[in-house]
Amino acid sequence: MSYLNGSKMCGGYNGVQILNGCSISVDRGQVVVIVGPNGAGKSTAMKALLGIVPLTTGDVALDGKSLGGMDPQSRVNRGIAFVPQTDNIFPTMTVLENLKMGAYLRRDDIGASIEEVFETFPILRTKRGDLGRTLSGGQRQQLAVGRALMSQPTVLMLDEPTAGVSPNVAADLLRQIVALKERGLAVLMVEQNARQALEIADVGYVLVLGENRFTGSGQDLLADHEVRRSFLGG
Amino acid sequence: MKRAVQLYGVLTILFLLVGFFQSWSVALATLNLCLISAIMALGVNIQWGYAGLFNAGIMGFAAIGGVVALLVGHAPVWGAIEQGGAGIALSFVVLAIGVVAAAILFRCLKGVLKYTLPAPMLVVSFVLFRQFFVPARQAIEAYDPAASGFMGGLGLPILFSWPLAGLAGAGVAFLIGKVALGLRSDYLAIATLGISEIIVAMVKNENWLTRGVKNATGLPQPVPDGRLLQQQTWLIDLVTWMNRSYLEALSATEQTAALRLLVAEASSIIVKLAFAGLFAAVLAGLLALCVFALKSPWGRMIRAIRDNEIAAGAMGKDVAWRHLQILMLGSAVVGIAGAMLVTLDGQLTPAAYIPLRYTFLIWVMVIVGGSGSNVGSVFGAFLIWFVWVQSEPIGYWLVKMTTFWMNDTSPIRTHLLEQAQYFRVLMMGTILLLVLRFHPQGFLPERPRRNRQSRSVGE
Amino acid sequence: MDNLLNGLVLFLNFVVVPATSYGAQLALGALGVNLIFGVLRFSNFAHGDTMAFGTMLTILGTWALQSAGFSLGFLPTALAALPLGIAGTILFCLAADRLVYAHYRRQKAAPVVFMMASMGVMFILNGVVRIVIGPNERNFADGERFLVTAQQFKDATGLLEGVTIRTSQALTLAVAVLAVLALFLFLQRTRTGAAMRAFSDNETLALLCGVSPKVVIRTTWIIAATLMTVAGVLYGLDKSFRPFTYFQILLPIFAAAIVGGFGRPVGAIIGGFIVAFSEIALTYAYRKVVLYFLPGSDMGDSLLQLVPTDYKFSISFVILVVILIIAPTGILKAKSSS
Repeated sequence: MSYLNGSKMCGGYNGVQILNGCSISVDRGQVVVIVGPNGAGKSTAMKALLGIVPLTTGDVALDGKSLGGMDPQSRVNRGIAFVPQTDNIFPTMTVLENLKMGAYLRRDDIGASIEEVFETFPILRTKRGDLGRTLSGGQRQQLAVGRALMSQPTVLMLDEPTAGVSPNVAADLLRQIVALKERGLAVLMVEQNARQALEIADVGYVLVLGENRFTGSGQDLLADHEVRRSFLGG
Repeated sequence: MKRAVQLYGVLTILFLLVGFFQSWSVALATLNLCLISAIMALGVNIQWGYAGLFNAGIMGFAAIGGVVALLVGHAPVWGAIEQGGAGIALSFVVLAIGVVAAAILFRCLKGVLKYTLPAPMLVVSFVLFRQFFVPARQAIEAYDPAASGFMGGLGLPILFSWPLAGLAGAGVAFLIGKVALGLRSDYLAIATLGISEIIVAMVKNENWLTRGVKNATGLPQPVPDGRLLQQQTWLIDLVTWMNRSYLEALSATEQTAALRLLVAEASSIIVKLAFAGLFAAVLAGLLALCVFALKSPWGRMIRAIRDNEIAAGAMGKDVAWRHLQILMLGSAVVGIAGAMLVTLDGQLTPAAYIPLRYTFLIWVMVIVGGSGSNVGSVFGAFLIWFVWVQSEPIGYWLVKMTTFWMNDTSPIRTHLLEQAQYFRVLMMGTILLLVLRFHPQGFLPERPRRNRQSRSVGE
Repeated sequence: MDNLLNGLVLFLNFVVVPATSYGAQLALGALGVNLIFGVLRFSNFAHGDTMAFGTMLTILGTWALQSAGFSLGFLPTALAALPLGIAGTILFCLAADRLVYAHYRRQKAAPVVFMMASMGVMFILNGVVRIVIGPNERNFADGERFLVTAQQFKDATGLLEGVTIRTSQALTLAVAVLAVLALFLFLQRTRTGAAMRAFSDNETLALLCGVSPKVVIRTTWIIAATLMTVAGVLYGLDKSFRPFTYFQILLPIFAAAIVGGFGRPVGAIIGGFIVAFSEIALTYAYRKVVLYFLPGSDMGDSLLQLVPTDYKFSISFVILVVILIIAPTGILKAKSSS
């Protein structure tokens, strides 16, 4: 049993079923990537794990305990952090304030965590007094991840963290994300940029129409002829 | 459909009850104002129900209609025009030239000049305008101030003013819409709220044009004159015949006095009936147009935009332009109603324009009737105006009942009785909130009964 | 030289001083509008009438204190009754939120529906205020009327013109500065303040951070109700209390909020002063000032008043329209919103 486990999830929005029994699991110290064509339900699967999308059947369990019926906020309180794809920072608050908002529920000293984030993303240290809306695309994503780390999560979920970011900044960002797993975080990512993401993935899930199509280590999937042909463009 | 018939049936019974138990004159007076309110509600419903536009300045558009009625119907005051007419005309020509020139410059220029040239130009033309305008206004207002002190109107039959009032309302709506539409929904509400305050301030203060709070009276009536009617032998005969048993029981002197009263009442009823007929015809015509328009391709597009503004915009529909059309249409209808109201009163009473009565009460009518539904808005107008008129005595009664244990001279009781008229304001607020919350589709919802909450607001 | 000084003093007395206190009142009102807009995301049409409600409660408290023989010396007694007014308005706002607005939040209704609901609340307040205190003008200012009288000023400076500073004007400025400082400290320095800013910035993300919407919304109403009551009472002390003027003040307040950009507290303050200074500077008759500066100049019988006082609302409106045309998000860039 993995640390975070979504099994046989079915569900969707407004009566439209998007997930058709897919299962996703992540362990601590692992980077898991969900890839797939447009409309495959990648983001929906992640949001189902977070409780934003209600499930009709299936279950989500964290550390062996079911999260069924829990709202997103309580799941966040249990150690899941989520970085949305867009609108993932507070634009009129400073970088430092953004980070402090990430630690909103913590009552202990957060100085060490801020230091840790600054070490992971050094640019944030130099920009710490700047307003969020003045940051560039890549810096925003770094701030968004840093904000999520501030709650000392055990699971970090990222919805397309490299979307709209230039390729070399994206590569940097992915490298920084990989470094996070060394701290024992379970990292779950949805990525549009499948090839780049699978290269760093310990486990990759290929979703199609809300179902698991292929599952395997990132390298295995990259090597798989059929996966390459259908989803990686040759 | 069945529901509509039932609800209108209930209304009819209410009016009959008022007729029998209070007086037919009161019933008809209420009915006439119901009809005018219904037209206003129809106009607001076009804006709110078709496009989710929140017009918080209905009062202003009604006031414009009223001024148009005055300017069309009132006899010209030649003396005043001789004194200052030329000056007024000249001043406005100057102002118009300045504004147009500034607008052209604003359009054509770029960069800093875009603002730095037209702005002083506007100031200069305004100063020049005042140069001609102020003495002309003074001359006009000084002309026989006790009886006129204003220029009067065109002296045309007042019915002409109704369509003109519609045009004027649409014109003001065009200006407002150009500025405030396409931005956040609140901006339109705030801008219309502002323009209506300004319009009413002008109606109250521009004495040379409207006679201001001195009230311009003596507007011609589109219906038979009540006083002439009273002298008609056929009416006297008719009234005598109808009341023969009552009159026979009286002595000769009592008979003449009683007959005079009865004839006066009968003539007033005839006048009111004539008005009711006119108003009902306008209402029916507008209602038919509304229903027809909604079924036309234009109406289908409007509804498509309302149901999904973003999708319609993506499909290449010019949402802001459609909204502007709707704003103008609705305001035109309100303007017409405003002119009708002044026609009914036979005078322009600027002090009577208060937002509570002319803006917010109309909103209650639309919401209660069923936003998006024309028939519903009309029903809402009838119901709410009826309740508004009848609730004043109810307020007194309630205060009397709840304070019966107090001494007659108790200051609290006398104070409450003095303020009892405001209980109906409280009541209207409560009705609005209750309907909005528990029955947001209103009494007579638009036919396809889906969840109106999100649809009615043009998301 | 004396002529110039006299002219300046005249301008100071009739334009700068009154516009400063009026600007502070508008700023407090616009701050409340902004807070509600930022957190609850609708333009509160009941704002003016809520101000009237809070002022009414304060007036009732003032009367009670006065009849008990209580006095604050040279300060108006209303200041002592202000906490009562604030408390009552907070209770009302919280009740209105629970009974009216909460429902539409659950429904995720469009802003325009909230606006409509706020109109209903406005109606109710409108009725309540008139039933309780009547529609007429009430003057409830007591204590020392003037801080500096024109005569004192003339005696001290030897000038022909004097500056009058009414207690209510000085008080307005002092209270407004205190209130704004407190608000900014709260928003910048406290956890709940940060949560409010975050909620107003990005609601979804704030929820993901564990911000409780209940706490944020409750706090917003408490602060907004306080600001509304303070603004209403200061306005009432400065001018006088009449329910209808409190409805009319909605327009300048909205104009101030839009000038500064909806959802920007600093903008609200700037906007308040811009609107107030324009309104008073444009409706003031400059004849006497010009005579001091250019003695013997011939102006006919013109008062040199740019806009008649009856049209003071048109100034707010014109400012509003200009802002909508050239910078629809306000002079400070406001966040975009539906």
